[in-house]
Amino acid sequence: MDVLVLARLQFAATTIFHFFFVPLSIGLVLLVAIMETMYVVKGKEEYKRMAKFWGKLFLINFAVGVVTGIIQEFQFGMNWSDYSRFVGDVFGAPLAVEALFAFFMESTFIGLWIFGWDRLSKKVHMVCIWLVALGTTASAFWILAANSFMQRPVGFEINNGRAEMNDFFALIGNGQLWVEFPHTVLGAFATGAFMITGISAYKMLRKQDVQFFKKSFTIAIIVGLTASFATALFGHQQAQYLVKTQPMKMAASEGLWGKSGDPAPWTVYAHIDSDNEKNNFEIKIPYLLSFLSYSSFSGEVKGMHQLQAEYEQAYGPGDYIPPVRTTFWSFRIMIVAGCLMILLGMYGAYLAWRKKLEKPNKFFYRCMLWGISLPFIANTAGWVMTEFGRQPWTVFGYMQTKDSVSPSVTSGQLLFSLIAYCTIYTALAIVMIYLFVKTIKKGPYAENIDDHSSDPYSKEGYHAVS
Amino acid sequence: MLSLNELWFVLVAVLFIGFFFLEGFDFGVGMSTRFLAKNDMERRVLINSIGPFWDANEVWLLTAGGAMFAAFPNWYATMFSGYYTPLVVLLLALIARGVAFEFRGKVANGKWKGTWDVAIFLGSLLPPFLLGVVFSGLMKGLPIDGDMEMKAGLLDMVNIYTLVGGITVVVLCLVHGLMFASLRTTGSLQERARKLAKKLLIPLAALFVIFAIMTYFQTDVFEVRGLVLGLLAVVGLVCFLLAGMFMSKQRDGWAFGMTGALIALSISSVFVGLFPRVMVSSISETFSLTITNAASGQYSLKVMTIVALTLLPFVLGYQIWSYFVFHKRVHEKEHLEY
Ligand code: HDD
Ligand code: HEM
Ligand code: HEM
Repeated sequence: MDVLVLARLQFAATTIFHFFFVPLSIGLVLLVAIMETMYVVKGKEEYKRMAKFWGKLFLINFAVGVVTGIIQEFQFGMNWSDYSRFVGDVFGAPLAVEALFAFFMESTFIGLWIFGWDRLSKKVHMVCIWLVALGTTASAFWILAANSFMQRPVGFEINNGRAEMNDFFALIGNGQLWVEFPHTVLGAFATGAFMITGISAYKMLRKQDVQFFKKSFTIAIIVGLTASFATALFGHQQAQYLVKTQPMKMAASEGLWGKSGDPAPWTVYAHIDSDNEKNNFEIKIPYLLSFLSYSSFSGEVKGMHQLQAEYEQAYGPGDYIPPVRTTFWSFRIMIVAGCLMILLGMYGAYLAWRKKLEKPNKFFYRCMLWGISLPFIANTAGWVMTEFGRQPWTVFGYMQTKDSVSPSVTSGQLLFSLIAYCTIYTALAIVMIYLFVKTIKKGPYAENIDDHSSDPYSKEGYHAVS
Repeated sequence: MLSLNELWFVLVAVLFIGFFFLEGFDFGVGMSTRFLAKNDMERRVLINSIGPFWDANEVWLLTAGGAMFAAFPNWYATMFSGYYTPLVVLLLALIARGVAFEFRGKVANGKWKGTWDVAIFLGSLLPPFLLGVVFSGLMKGLPIDGDMEMKAGLLDMVNIYTLVGGITVVVLCLVHGLMFASLRTTGSLQERARKLAKKLLIPLAALFVIFAIMTYFQTDVFEVRGLVLGLLAVVGLVCFLLAGMFMSKQRDGWAFGMTGALIALSISSVFVGLFPRVMVSSISETFSLTITNAASGQYSLKVMTIVALTLLPFVLGYQIWSYFVFHKRVHEKEHLEY
């Protein structure tokens, strides 16, 4: 098989897999930090139990997030060596800073947090989890700085056929970064929150440890609702930015071949025929695309035919239209998921506010349980739209995907690594789900199974179990 | 004054030295779980002795990789794509090991634990071995062509010289790990760790000598840097003898320091031998990657220098603090997280 196809498949598979765990880590650690802070402020044991229980899920997830990340760090050099040569000067810097600033912080303080319950004072221990939270968010910032450079290259010049950085501050001041980072991180907060509300709803449905899960639900639903809402707001910012910087991506996500007309309507459904470059059937909402793109009820959006002609003028002959159907549908899936999250969040917050959580509302609780999947769907769809929509470019306007791949790697090697990664990832996913279910079933009041070694009569043992 | 390119060569070397010094001991402890621990409890004590540290130690490798990417993109690109298959195996091993620590203790079932124990063992054995193979290959020379592409066959990467290099790194990490274990455990486990470390000193010395002799014949590093390497070897010999002496006197901390020094000296020798090259081409001397032709532009290096020199002291500060927090020995009686 073609090296390029395999390399793309492998990158897509490993990155999407990494990003199942990443947002959950970012979101859960924030909530665990909030819970531990409430423990320190209010001094109630219940909050400590909460931090420990959700912390256990966080740690299982974090472990998988870390190990899948290691592949990502190496992958640019292994599979995309020509890309790495071309952009290393600019793109390597945020990655190195991410490791220096964020990964060291995360990994050191997570060690202190896990093993430090009995060795650190309450306050210092709480600071440790906040530093882990800061580390995960900073890590998101730096990796997205690198990604934003690919979407909208800034702060560099081309020398001897390579991109060389000439303005570091332009790189981190990139407008793309400042819409992409909040959108992604807030989406991640929502992911953690919906995991907690979903599991809590399930437990309340089963009438297990209702008090504990009611409180967890209440804390998480506030974070979840706020974060989903803010994610949508920043998504709107992003769309506006997109029209200016990557109009082709926007046109593709709208399935817009010709001109939109003014005011532009938003297409809810389209039967896209990419071969003949037209849509056979469409349902449209008037004005909405103009609003999404310009925050006003007028304004025209360029279509793909016009943009293709413009790009050919600028970059030479070639096909500059990304996979339209994928981009179109992933955009819609994300938005639907986002809207459902906001609705669930509002109703959940209403119930919590009116103190109606205990009256079993079976249908709603089941929705919350299934709602766990919504942010995962939105996250994946969002990245698929962002990355597929950028095609055929890796660095927009400067380097194409087909020129990025490693020339020295053979398809045999790639096939081997692809199969190996997929096998180990499948195994990881199964084990991790098994452990999640097991931990959730046992609930927050179960003793650690492996604590049979602690002798309750020895002083040290006594401290250790508590 | 050092040029920025030289400075970054040194920084990358420092990051790899930090990595092998730190992760070296947790690789060693990970390997030792297989034969040093007599039962599940001892295995848990060993794993918990590195529990708070291994992840942060691994980040030294990630940072070294990131620094290579940023400062020497061509080095990163050539080496990582050229060594594709060994690196895939390395990654698989690191993945298995990383989750094994976290997952092992979560289910009280012999088979479950047994599986993860194998992952911990292989995950601690393979990475130092593969990295030893890779680093010896850098010195020996690899088929790198005029486009900086490395098209290496199996025998270019794996041959007697690189195999000896790999095994040396494994044994070195094992001894270092055993000394760490004797610092953080008690009783008979500690006794056995000390004893085994001491027993391994002779094979380690033999490996060092064989590797040095082979290096003399198989590479040009002694021609290029004979004097400095000779000096490092003398210092290494002193550290080696001191390590043996401290082990006999049961001064574990000092002995651990000496095995660490041996690691630092070995990795430094590789970098000293390479300088100013970063990868030696076996096709033609002119195709070798160097700190000039592999490097990023001066602006980028300057920015990275400022960032790195600002951040590293903090990183070192809180990492040292974390070792201070967990300086006490691990007891069977306390709550064991893993
Ligand atoms: C928006 C956030 C985000 C994105 C887009 C990515 N990551 Fe990630 N990564 C994280 C956010 C994150 C994190 C939250 O910091 C993780 C996930 C869970 C965790 O343990 O740390 C992490 C872990 C993690 C690790 C392990 C760190 C450690 O040992 O502590 C590495 C090496 C990478 N990532 C590298 C990458 C690369 C090269 C990516 C680009 C393709 C990437 N990540 C995408
Ligand atoms: C974590 C969330 C991410 C997801 C889910 C994701 C997803 C994807 C997908 C699906 C592709 C394949 C597109 C195609 O082949 O048509 C791709 C390509 C790519 N992405 Fe991302 N991406 C993510 C983040 C990033 C980040 C943060 C970077 C850089 C720092 C990045 C760099 C790349 C590169 C270099 C490619 C080129 C390979 C290609 O075009 O196939 N990605 N990504
Ligand atoms: C409901 C309103 C939403 C809108 C209007 C929206 C809009 C957008 C747009 C326009 C992009 C592409 C940006 C680009 O390619 O430059 C994007 C990407 C993305 N979206 Fe959304 N989004 C919404 C909801 C969500 C939700 C709820 C989540 C997750 C919980 C989410 C997660 C993502 C992710 C992870 C990306 C890829 C990274 C990025 O480019 O920021 N989105 N979104």
